[in-house]
Amino acid sequence: MVLLEVVQGGGFFAYAPLIIALPILGLITNIIFGRRLGERFAGIVASGAVALAFVIAILQFLALQAHPEGVTIPIAEWISVGSLSIPWAIKVDTLSTTMMLMVTGVSTLIHIYAIGYMHEDVRFQGDPGRYARFFIFFNLFVAAMMVLVSADNYLMMFVGWEGVGLCSYLLIGFWYEKGEDGIGNAVAGKKAFVTNRIGDFGFLIAMFLIFGAVGSLQFDQVFHWVHEHGLANVGVISVATLFLLLGATGKSAQLPLFVWLPDAMAGPTPVSALIHAATMVTAGIYMIARSAPLFEVAQSTANLVAWVGAVTALFAATIAVGQFDIKRVLAYSTISQLGFMMAAVGIGAYVAGMFHLVAHAFFKALLFLSAGSVIQGVEHGHHHIEHGDGEPFEPQDMRNMGGLRSRMKVTYWVYLIGALALAGLPPLAGFFSKDEILADANMENMGVYILLAAAAFLTAFYMGRQILMVFFGKARSEAAAHATENPPVMTIPLMALAALAIFGGALNLPGVHKLTDWLAHTIEHVHATEFNVLVAGLSVLFALIAIGFSWLLYGRKTMKEGDPDPLRKILGPIFVGMENKWWVDELYDFLIIRPYVAISWFLADVVDWRFWHDWFHDSVLGSAYRNGSRWLAWVFDLRVIDGIGNGLGNITSWGSQRLRVLQTGYVRNYALAVLVGGVLVLSYFIFG
Amino acid sequence: MNLSFSILSWVTFTPVLGVLVLLFLPKDRRNLLRWVAVLTSMVAFGLSLVMLAQFDQTNASLQMVERLPWFQLAGMQIEYFLGVDGLSVLLVLLTTFLTPISIISTWSAVEERVKEFLIFFLLLEVGMVGVFLSQDIFLFYIFWEFTLVPMYFLIGIWGGPRRVYAAIKFFLYTMAGSILMLLAILWLGITFESFSVPDLIAQGGIPGSVQTWLFLAFAAAFAIKVPMWPLHSWLPDAHVEAPTAGSVILAGVLLKMGTYGFLRFNLPLFPEASIRFAPWMALLAVIGIIYGAAVAYAQKDVKMLVAYSSVSHLGFVVLGLFALNPLGIQGGILQMINHGLSTGALFLIVGMIYERRHTREMDDFGGLWKVMPIYGALTLIVTLSSMGLPGLNGFVGEFSILLGAFGSEAIGSPIYAGIAAAGVIMAAIYMLYMFQKLFLGPLDKDENKVVKDINLREILTLVPLVVFIFWIGLYPKPFFNLIGPSVDKLVALLQAASVAVH
Repeated sequence: MVLLEVVQGGGFFAYAPLIIALPILGLITNIIFGRRLGERFAGIVASGAVALAFVIAILQFLALQAHPEGVTIPIAEWISVGSLSIPWAIKVDTLSTTMMLMVTGVSTLIHIYAIGYMHEDVRFQGDPGRYARFFIFFNLFVAAMMVLVSADNYLMMFVGWEGVGLCSYLLIGFWYEKGEDGIGNAVAGKKAFVTNRIGDFGFLIAMFLIFGAVGSLQFDQVFHWVHEHGLANVGVISVATLFLLLGATGKSAQLPLFVWLPDAMAGPTPVSALIHAATMVTAGIYMIARSAPLFEVAQSTANLVAWVGAVTALFAATIAVGQFDIKRVLAYSTISQLGFMMAAVGIGAYVAGMFHLVAHAFFKALLFLSAGSVIQGVEHGHHHIEHGDGEPFEPQDMRNMGGLRSRMKVTYWVYLIGALALAGLPPLAGFFSKDEILADANMENMGVYILLAAAAFLTAFYMGRQILMVFFGKARSEAAAHATENPPVMTIPLMALAALAIFGGALNLPGVHKLTDWLAHTIEHVHATEFNVLVAGLSVLFALIAIGFSWLLYGRKTMKEGDPDPLRKILGPIFVGMENKWWVDELYDFLIIRPYVAISWFLADVVDWRFWHDWFHDSVLGSAYRNGSRWLAWVFDLRVIDGIGNGLGNITSWGSQRLRVLQTGYVRNYALAVLVGGVLVLSYFIFG
Repeated sequence: MNLSFSILSWVTFTPVLGVLVLLFLPKDRRNLLRWVAVLTSMVAFGLSLVMLAQFDQTNASLQMVERLPWFQLAGMQIEYFLGVDGLSVLLVLLTTFLTPISIISTWSAVEERVKEFLIFFLLLEVGMVGVFLSQDIFLFYIFWEFTLVPMYFLIGIWGGPRRVYAAIKFFLYTMAGSILMLLAILWLGITFESFSVPDLIAQGGIPGSVQTWLFLAFAAAFAIKVPMWPLHSWLPDAHVEAPTAGSVILAGVLLKMGTYGFLRFNLPLFPEASIRFAPWMALLAVIGIIYGAAVAYAQKDVKMLVAYSSVSHLGFVVLGLFALNPLGIQGGILQMINHGLSTGALFLIVGMIYERRHTREMDDFGGLWKVMPIYGALTLIVTLSSMGLPGLNGFVGEFSILLGAFGSEAIGSPIYAGIAAAGVIMAAIYMLYMFQKLFLGPLDKDENKVVKDINLREILTLVPLVVFIFWIGLYPKPFFNLIGPSVDKLVALLQAASVAVH
């Protein structure tokens, strides 16, 4: 009874700040005690903190049942300068709570998984002392993500926005002495941060524009202003939303800023699962959904959002087809799926976008964690066998796998579930969420629909290819032949995620539309999408055909050790393009990075140093200065030094003795004169 | 002895007492000398806290004023006139805060002529605090020039291999600008028969064309000190050659004397000229932001990198000040403090590794995080603060500045702030590059494998800075409260002038 009253009175809302505070508490505990009290302690504290945050999120969910309009909970004033007034305040509404639930829920599972995974990883990489640090960064990430999703204004959102970027940077470079040339991981981290900063620049400019027009950055006030004055200010809103889109393309890895995400796979696999698949990368989608009133007015930008998403979805899917690294396939798949969500919010299907965001979090986290399980299984096998030849071994290369179905049964089954969910087969979560996007696109924008449908076809194909290459056929390396299954601390979270990937579609089943009703409390103008039998049927048919193709190529006659990819023969140069990611990195290197470095060097070396410093100052001005100072010293010698008694000279004599070596002549006299003058001033006041 | 001094004189001249004690101590009792200097500067800091306690943050005018006639110069009355307001209170505190930290940082770095070093250091503090408290322009000028002397010796005696060259360049370069300012000061004194800043402001009425010349004369001195592009050529030399503590104070406080000069003199004394020059100042500031950031990235020496980053960061401050609106100016003032904290900390950090390895070439390092985890973590925080990560201090200042400049009527176009915001991307590039070169990658050099993590004394010098980095980042309200009213008063004055201009 008491509980019910608390729920109905919205009493649980008061606990909302804990959702940020708990992970911070966890990381502080681990900073102080983590190393001393050992792995078990560090892992449990970190996971416990996030699990408690999940409980808080559930409490918010319960409280929202009675008060679906949500509340804003002020914590403190932050920046108030002139006309700017920004608080630390938490917005609990159906949209933010959806994110809170998803992020803390998935985080809890991944934290638990990481207890086992990192135990192995720190030993494999040879530095067990770094175990606690991983969980410190992991908790920091959850805290930053909670700031991002719970902010009640753009600036606080930006704190979380860059905060998660920082954690991403730290965790990509977690093994900062590893990777290509020993620096590859660190470079990947830097690339992620800098690329994201380009997006953040867009976010900043958008905030300036919004503040300039509205005079506030608080969501409620901005959206209220849009309602009142939006139609009269379409221009500024369109520009502001364009810059918001730039921000979103950075964080959510869309064209043209997607290049950091594949490299981000340098981080330990739980990081890839949590940050670079399930949560952080969805921030751009969330931000656009949050800004729905702005994008509703700026139709031209919204249209662009849809196209960016659709093109990215297809583009990234083609690259995924040509990859051999198990995690890179998933990385490009993530970019592609984020494109689906982006396209959804672009055509105004916010619910579909959020639905796919949540469902994707389930099955993509599952896929990454399973991939991590595969990688560690293969690493076990690699350790198991004798290998004195010192030949480098790539435990992530699918060409070194094969036949793992029998050696890693749990992993195989959960991987299969994740892959089928991603491919969009009913009744798994991905079917419902993706189909809702396709159905909306089919109604709103045919071009976008075609691109997405093509991307969905490729998705089913590359997942079929991956499953067949990894789990079927015969082992293509000794390591794969000796791979072993991982302990329950890793497999149990996998099973939990598999369950979510199976049943996640229930969130917004056609005809029931739970999520639609739920989000309608926050996002206006959402509509329940009609279930389109034709679209759904086509999707399933395409997916089955694609899987059939993959079986023809990779299943009927399985690859042997050293075999080339059968697709290479069929597609020829197109496959080379896919394999080389269409040379986008090389293009950026040529167009942006090299010129930037060259200009920096030119400015530093030629302009600033040789011309401005050495030539102009030292050569040209130098002599002029010398003459000038000589004259000045002469003037001051007469006026000041002669006017002062010699008695005080004793105090400074040591200074001048030292300075004889300097041979600076007149400058010294002037300097001493000022010093002596200063002493005189002081003595006047002290003794006068 | 006259003990009826009020608090501001105490804050300013307490270090002199320490100097007097040091003079009578034997030069080989190094630790004793160090303790005396540290305690003196701590007392000065304590007194500045007393000043803070007495400071009325609702009052926009000068407070705790001390005003005495001093001497006559060619018939003009020069006053001993100290006062503090929102424009200067934080800078005084920054000075008294950074001085003991700098002195503690020299504990093992300076082993030769310790006594002289400490005397100069304390005298430097007198000059800096005097600059921020003087309300008589002539008195200000004396303190302004006075700071050159100890800094000149600190670089010239305790500096690196090219110390003499750097010291002379520093001295001459900054002096060259000051001479123009001196002429302008004398012109003001002769014309208005007063050197008192508040009186001159109240009098007003400097014709527009004259304002232009006076503005430029003052600006010459201040722009060199900041340093604004393209007058920054003395800075890399001075920083690279200066001993660690000298760099900390140079970057932390001395550069702020330039931006403070704009704020205290150019803006209120020559408001019409300030409005007219605002776009030009903004242009130079933005060029400095971009140029400094680009050049910083191409450095090989850590200290050079940090020095050029100052050119970029101080560009933000100038941009904020010449937005001429409350957002920009308050952000600019806060950013002065932020830069003092984070760049001061960066120079401390560079000094720590230099003491261990006697090199600052970034190529000589790599993978240090492994052997120096505490050092690595603290450096990371400072690095992030310097590149303006939200939640830390630098962001609060930068955001206010950019927002102010974006909507500034005086600057007249959002383009400046837009380009300056791109500097935020570039800051990430060079700061993360530095962090990577020092701390990440394999620990592959034998000399680096035996390096010891920082000791308790070194941690104690960094932790107070880190505390403020978080405090200002998360809850800057108390700091803005101190600044606010005085800035509003200044902006009101500028707005009145703006009406006159149009």
